[in-house]
Amino acid sequence: MGVCTLSLAGVKRLQAKPELDENRIGVLSDLTLCIGCRKCEWACGEINNLPHDQIDAYDDTSVFEKFRRPSSSQFTVVNRYDEKGIDANPLDVKVQCMHCEHPACVSACIVGALEKQPSGAVTYDAWKCIGCRYCMVACPFQVPAYEYEDTLTPRVMKCSMCFEKAVSVGKIPACVEICPRQAIVFGKRADLLEVAHERIRKNPERYIDHVYGEYEVGGTSWVYISNTPFSEIGFPVLPNEAPPELTESIQHGIFKGFTGPILLFGLVGLLMRANRKGQSDE
Amino acid sequence: MNKPVLTIDNRPKFLSRGTWILIAFAGFGLFIALVRFVFGLDATTNLNDQYPWGLWIPIDVATGVALAAGGFTTAFLVHVLNVKKYHFIARPALLTAMLGYTFVALGLLVDLGRYYNIWHPLLPSMWQGNSALFEVGMCVMTYLIVLYIEFIPIVIERFKEKVNLPGVFSRLNKFTKWFIRFLDKILSKTMWFFIIMGVVLSCMHQSSLGTMMAIATTKLHPLWHTPILPLLFLLSAFAVGFPMVIVESMISARSFKLKSEVNVLSELAKYVPFLLWVYLSAKVLDIINRGAYVYLIDNSVECWAFWVEMIIGVIIPVIIFTRRRLRSKPIYLFSGALMTVIGVAINRYNVFIVGYKPVYADYYYTPAWTEFAVTIGLISLLILVYRFIVLNLPVIDHLEEPVNA
Repeated sequence: MGVCTLSLAGVKRLQAKPELDENRIGVLSDLTLCIGCRKCEWACGEINNLPHDQIDAYDDTSVFEKFRRPSSSQFTVVNRYDEKGIDANPLDVKVQCMHCEHPACVSACIVGALEKQPSGAVTYDAWKCIGCRYCMVACPFQVPAYEYEDTLTPRVMKCSMCFEKAVSVGKIPACVEICPRQAIVFGKRADLLEVAHERIRKNPERYIDHVYGEYEVGGTSWVYISNTPFSEIGFPVLPNEAPPELTESIQHGIFKGFTGPILLFGLVGLLMRANRKGQSDE
Repeated sequence: MNKPVLTIDNRPKFLSRGTWILIAFAGFGLFIALVRFVFGLDATTNLNDQYPWGLWIPIDVATGVALAAGGFTTAFLVHVLNVKKYHFIARPALLTAMLGYTFVALGLLVDLGRYYNIWHPLLPSMWQGNSALFEVGMCVMTYLIVLYIEFIPIVIERFKEKVNLPGVFSRLNKFTKWFIRFLDKILSKTMWFFIIMGVVLSCMHQSSLGTMMAIATTKLHPLWHTPILPLLFLLSAFAVGFPMVIVESMISARSFKLKSEVNVLSELAKYVPFLLWVYLSAKVLDIINRGAYVYLIDNSVECWAFWVEMIIGVIIPVIIFTRRRLRSKPIYLFSGALMTVIGVAINRYNVFIVGYKPVYADYYYTPAWTEFAVTIGLISLLILVYRFIVLNLPVIDHLEEPVNA
């Protein structure tokens, strides 16, 4: 009985594409509002128990001299692009996991340690993980980081949209909560897209007409609007097709109902028989 | 018709000068592997968040799997198509595959961050059918079992009717004898099933190994990223199977002072150009179809890596193997086969590393010396185990007994 239930759960896992809630959440990041205060970095470190400084230390702007990426000790970082902002002011760009709608990392994961929650977040279960790092190879944003220095229990480290600690208990992600400018706002993804397009429509001189993440790699839960083309401020130019659409169609094309392998088995079997006929000397 | 096909005359001792060198490499490699387990991946590799995979995945795992293809291509030729004259290579090829896959698993263990969870994909609650890696993992595990089963008859042949357990265990002699006879009977009736399974499982995971990198749609260089990557992996596995058997047979022949089988091997080499042509055609048509040919002449690292891969691994071997005059000479036969083998290794390295472009790359990955040490150590250990088994079990010098269908 128990095995039966397990198998059923397993079969369910074999189905393609994560099921998504109609009311799934997301975050809209308006780059023109961000002032690079990096309070979000502090809040992220705090809620996720990552090594972090006192909140005042985040006023230090010298970190902007170097281009930074999220790492195993920082799930979100803000990068500054000089003269890319409005009126040639600096433009600050917060990066973290984009929480794709059809995530490559989730599709790649051999044991389902990475999961797309129907409510939007892409979460990670270290207990299941075997540490193959295929998720990192698959991610088109180069987000998942790894604890290479941990010998025994290294984890894949990335933003979980505060799924466990905030969102699942009705609160909002720590970075959104602390943002003093509402440069990042949390809500239903569908609503946020509407807000984004509304802002662009009302202020066409302020924004470029592109909501990054609306369609990129099949859409992401985090979406961005900006005054500067995204390719100039560190965002990868990506196709609208989600990477798993290619690989999953290959996988399921070959292995659907095991038709391919079974046919091959039959064919090889027939060949074997045919080539042994009339051999009596064995 | 039961006469020895090949016999090892003046059976050499396990230890020779070459063996000592291999023992040194293996010992050092295992020591570095131990260092990896004590101090972690960071201390022993150049891996980082940009390059999550280094030397071990494309060489120890992907090339290991590809080169073990000699097992199923030979099984197909000998047991399915029943071409008698190649029977003598079936067992060495099987042994190569069995050890190859065993070492793929060992290499993977070293690379996995949580190696103790390697069994997780077996749990239905963690099955993840969308993952190409899941398919590869399950197939490799199953195939490994199939290979060990296929190998049992060789062990049986060695000990059948010769059971003589020492001391207290001698009481079990009768039972063991009966058990071996029983196993022999069962296996000789069912071996056809395992042989076909071996072929099917191989086709499945050889191709899925290619699907793996297809998910890196925007990170893998267009010279290698293609929806037909699984097909290309499968076709190159088909093509490299016999060359690997040739390389391994010729080295064995020299090492064990066997009578040379160059004639039969060079006939085996006849199939290779056809298989390489199929692979090459698929590759060329695909590159034309996707318009990726512009990258063939852009003088980039990737462009050169691609040409090296194709010239060494495909073009020169085709030239050698299509000419009877060349392929019948041991030196050309061996070189051509070795180049095909190296070409596949370069291809796998290109697909997994050279062609892999991290989104925010700020440096170029090169393996740490410790990574090389582990890889070389594992290969050395594999050769040592191979030598030990060949010297103790009827792998090369066995009686010609075709599998019963």
